[in-house]
Amino acid sequence: MYRYDDLDRQMLTDRSNEFRLQAERRLSGDITEDQFKPLRLMNGLYLQLHAYMLRIAIPYGTLNTAQLRRLAWVASTYDKGYGHFTTRTNLQLHWIKLRDAPDILDSLAEVGLHAIQTSGNCIRNVTADPYAGATADEIDDPRVWAEVIRQWSTVHPEFSYLPRKFKIAVTAAEKDRAAIRSYDIGLHVRRTREGELSFEVLVGGGQGRTPYLAKTIREHLPAGRLLSYLDAILRVYNRQSRRDNIHKQRIKILVATLGVEEFTRRVEAEWALNDGADIDLPDTELARIRANFRPLAFEPQPAKSQAFEAAKAADAEFARFTRRNVHAHKVPGQTPGDATSEQMQVIADLADAYSQGEVRVNYTQNLVLPHVKLADVPAVYARLKEAGLATANIDLITDIIACPGLDYCTLANARAIPVAQAIARRFADPERAEAIGELPIKISGCINACGHHHLGAIGILGVDKKGEEYYQLSLGGSGGDDASLASILGPAVSANQTPDAIEALVETYLVHRQEGERFLDTVRRTGLQPFKEAVYVDAH
Amino acid sequence: MSTLIKLESDRAVLALDPFVYVPDEAEVPAGGDIIVSLSRLVSEGDALLGAGRRVGVRLQPSEAVEDLAYDLPRLAVVELAFAKFRDGRPYSSARVLRGRLNYRGELRAVGDVLREQALHMVRCGFDAFEPADGSTPDQWLAAAHRYRHVYQRAADDRQPIFVERDLNASGLGHNRPDEVGA
Repeated sequence: MYRYDDLDRQMLTDRSNEFRLQAERRLSGDITEDQFKPLRLMNGLYLQLHAYMLRIAIPYGTLNTAQLRRLAWVASTYDKGYGHFTTRTNLQLHWIKLRDAPDILDSLAEVGLHAIQTSGNCIRNVTADPYAGATADEIDDPRVWAEVIRQWSTVHPEFSYLPRKFKIAVTAAEKDRAAIRSYDIGLHVRRTREGELSFEVLVGGGQGRTPYLAKTIREHLPAGRLLSYLDAILRVYNRQSRRDNIHKQRIKILVATLGVEEFTRRVEAEWALNDGADIDLPDTELARIRANFRPLAFEPQPAKSQAFEAAKAADAEFARFTRRNVHAHKVPGQTPGDATSEQMQVIADLADAYSQGEVRVNYTQNLVLPHVKLADVPAVYARLKEAGLATANIDLITDIIACPGLDYCTLANARAIPVAQAIARRFADPERAEAIGELPIKISGCINACGHHHLGAIGILGVDKKGEEYYQLSLGGSGGDDASLASILGPAVSANQTPDAIEALVETYLVHRQEGERFLDTVRRTGLQPFKEAVYVDAH
Repeated sequence: MSTLIKLESDRAVLALDPFVYVPDEAEVPAGGDIIVSLSRLVSEGDALLGAGRRVGVRLQPSEAVEDLAYDLPRLAVVELAFAKFRDGRPYSSARVLRGRLNYRGELRAVGDVLREQALHMVRCGFDAFEPADGSTPDQWLAAAHRYRHVYQRAADDRQPIFVERDLNASGLGHNRPDEVGA
């Protein structure tokens, strides 16, 4: 895990001191709300329905236990005792007072955490494969590059007032678990035939009201030239994007308007002129950052553990847990992504005892203990179960992604959390959920798509129909390496009808599925028609 | 004449501005130093520059600094206008002007110029400012120096953190990593 040195930590201190000054200027009326807004957003503070929301960065989804404990402490000291893990591996606190925010940022800075650039029209905190450094199928550790980008983009003098927000994701495994094609820039680490590390660079993905999948603009960028190439992309975007219509200012619109060939030509022309030697990191610094992510020392373990096998044989519920969660330990519950301070403490204790003090957060809003010995799994499971954290549902129909929705968010048209809860209740029988198999449901409370509904095998979008909450269903989305955008099924259904509609979709799938097909595969094979018939017959 | 904050090495001072901005619809005064729009510079530049006065130009955010390349050696000042403080295009214009076009003359920030963006402006190569929020030179300088370190090279002469680390590693510093939160 990357360890901040004195210089990194002085940056965090200076940042929170700066924000204290800015907040004081706002509270004394020295600057207007209009002038303050981008400053607070770049420090993670949103004004929501009831209070300020603080979005804390968890760079590339990795936390040590001291950090997780501090988050738990902050949540119970300054909030209502819980936080919401988001699809971008941030933690959101929804009940913050502006005058507390500088103290919170100071407290976070002490453990190397911050809220820098978690919002606003700037380069946001970078996401990486949640299994980075702990998965066999990666050719490099993508967190090295995420950290390189974090440092380069922090308080960037030229790229802090972009036309819109800008998000970058990195993966280094063949299977894309970071959904890089839905990012402004997706980076896929590959090796050339000569064995050199390089990046496939994809640009112009995004969700929101106009979803696009990112397109490749360079197959093989030499890895050491990453920052100068990013600089060229950002400069083209900063200078050439529209700024007259907030809905058309993401880079995906610029790429779509120019066409990917012309956009690529402009980036390459800019790159040929920019001063790479000034921008790209020297090898010594790259090596220093890389050394921070050295693999942890593991004692060799037997591939099978007797204690583990015995526990599985004795307890069917535990056996199901190991089938679904053997790599990932779910933070559950009724509200996707929510965790109380006590639950965070339990996870921190377990990580200290069994997972080398490390915890991961991934975009499906689950927490991962990345380094658990098989023999220790029964003990971990027992403790999780006690804390209500052992739901064996990774990737199943009840492992729902949802944004905070109208319960918290000023942008939302409809609530997302109660719909997630209703579906989770409907499919509460764990045996049935396991029989249905992999079925990611993703719920957004508005077209901004924070719940990734375009990428759900079933996507649910909250809409407002004359003051009533309705839900538009779409099928066939995926954020993985077989990425696709979901297609709208038909007219939106009411909140009450939604669980029935999901049930009808599931039953249709079970009737039509062929050997080995996931829900997504069946939809892709049959098209929407059988599903349409089932939902809209039932709805009438 | 309005007042300007100018950076002079590591100080910020108040300076009287000898230049007058002449809007496109106004006639060019008979004498004195003037600043004109890009379109006026393009159409009347040679005549203005030949009249024994100093001439500067004001670019709007959508106008490309590359269009100045030919006239640049003859210009006394370049102004980049911030239409709104949130419009970040002038930062890129400034970087291109300093880094690529090698402009070494006075580079002014005008328009919606606010103290909270002082750091970004200074780092991108601006050295003169017309603050819209009444900032004093001391306030401006303090805002531009809130950070002890920077992570990237820019148009100023600050060394980025990765260079500081190299110096530290070679024994010229005393900085050691230690465990976060320990």
